Amino acid sequence: MTMSKAVVTVVGKDKPGIIAGVANTLADHNINILDVSQTIMSDIFTMSMLINLEELEGQFNVLQDDLNKLGADLGVTIHTQREEIFDAMSRV
Amino acid sequence: METKQIQETINMVEEEHLDIRTVTMGISLLDTIAGDPQQTAKNIYKKVTTYAKDLIKVAEQIEREYGIPITNKRISVTPIALIAGHATPDDMLYYAHALDDAAKAVGVDFIGGYSALVQKGFANGDLALIKSLPRVLTETDLVMSSVNIGSTKAGINLDAIKLMGETVKGISEKSDTANAKLVIFANAVEDNPFMAGAFHGVSEADVVINVGVSGPGVVKRALEKVKGESIQVVAETVKKTAFKITRVGQMVGALAAERLGVEFGIVDLSLAPTPARGDSVAEVLEEIGLEQVGTHGTTAALMLLNDAVKKGGVMASQRVGGLSGAFIPVSEDAGMIDAAKEGTLTLSKLEAMTAVCSVGLDMIAIPGDTSATTISAMIADEAAIGVQNNKTTAVRILPTLGTKVGDMVDYGGLLGTAPVMPVVEKSSADFINRGGHIPAPIHSFKN
Repeated sequence: MTMSKAVVTVVGKDKPGIIAGVANTLADHNINILDVSQTIMSDIFTMSMLINLEELEGQFNVLQDDLNKLGADLGVTIHTQREEIFDAMSRV
Repeated sequence: METKQIQETINMVEEEHLDIRTVTMGISLLDTIAGDPQQTAKNIYKKVTTYAKDLIKVAEQIEREYGIPITNKRISVTPIALIAGHATPDDMLYYAHALDDAAKAVGVDFIGGYSALVQKGFANGDLALIKSLPRVLTETDLVMSSVNIGSTKAGINLDAIKLMGETVKGISEKSDTANAKLVIFANAVEDNPFMAGAFHGVSEADVVINVGVSGPGVVKRALEKVKGESIQVVAETVKKTAFKITRVGQMVGALAAERLGVEFGIVDLSLAPTPARGDSVAEVLEEIGLEQVGTHGTTAALMLLNDAVKKGGVMASQRVGGLSGAFIPVSEDAGMIDAAKEGTLTLSKLEAMTAVCSVGLDMIAIPGDTSATTISAMIADEAAIGVQNNKTTAVRILPTLGTKVGDMVDYGGLLGTAPVMPVVEKSSADFINRGGHIPAPIHSFKN
């Protein structure tokens, strides 16, 4: 089982600086963004980001805590989960 | 990766109560047996705390990394009656406290396996264990017990049923809640990760990880989208949903086993409710089209549900085991509690339901003045359903002192609350007092 990718999802009321905030936090941890999908559904901002954890500096837990804190500051919900859970559920 | 699938997974956890109900580490204690009970107890404590020392840490890290809650972390051990071959009932307290202390030291929710297998007859250790139950279940906190009193191959041990009726009654006189920690089985399985009936069978490997999945809320939500459609669509929807739920269980179990450096055992394909609204098996049955669980049609709907969960789950996991079916514990399921309160759900309907699902009369409050022989007779009926139909059945009933029908009893936390349900008052004493052994059923001429 590879352990190198994670999915970051962001959901909340749209406002300036959400993508910038998430991207900056990821950059601080030396994380490369592999794919982004983003849309606005009736004022609700939703984004899924596939990130590469191979060059992650520090602990997964620290990254998760930093993103959670950023989410609280921006008023959005951020989930950071390893990619395998989505694969497990949706692919045979 | 599609955004829709990602959002679906997140919603299942956030809104539909998808969780891994339990990661249970099974530990064999056969190599802890020493001549002296106190030495054996020390060995038990040492083995359990050595192998399970990282269980909580590993499970919590998986929860965090994958965003999937693991509600319970547990341990199951070899049936203690086998370890306690020549013990006295007083000696049994050493074993029970060793298990309790070890469970507390590693931080698990429960430890199961304070168990005896007496479907054919009693050995010294079995009797010592059963006699110690009122003390053990009231003096320890995390120890869970089970006694297997019948099997399809061995028949039903009526002497054991009589003894267990008296034991349940005796425990109820010391505590209102301790009987929640005791299950009386027919056809008990060796790799069940669920409490209170988990134990680590003698045919198992030294240490394994077993996983129990949950998710009635997810199934209900999926069924809300197929309202009014044919029953095949219902079966198909349950199957697909069970597949997804079970895949998560398979993934978590494999990860936990790998990180703990032990073998991965089985996934138990189950729908296990909690008292939370929206996490109820009863609500799934009602979504299939019953006004309230317990009405006519409940057994049929449950049969379909139980079967579809297995069909979906089997393909999703490498190795299936445990009890694998829908659980119907009354006090732990908001919809069951409502139906029992209103009188729609009765003991006789619950008994019929246990013929088509896992596991039995579970977490049911009955009046405190119910006689021991009536409790035994309830156990005998459940055992008969299991033994005849080649399936596991169980009884976990809670006679509650000073209560009458309709009173509500609160057991706390995941054990929930239950209305005291009416029991038929005519006596079964002469039947139970006959004692002896009900022969194993014939397995030809099936009708």
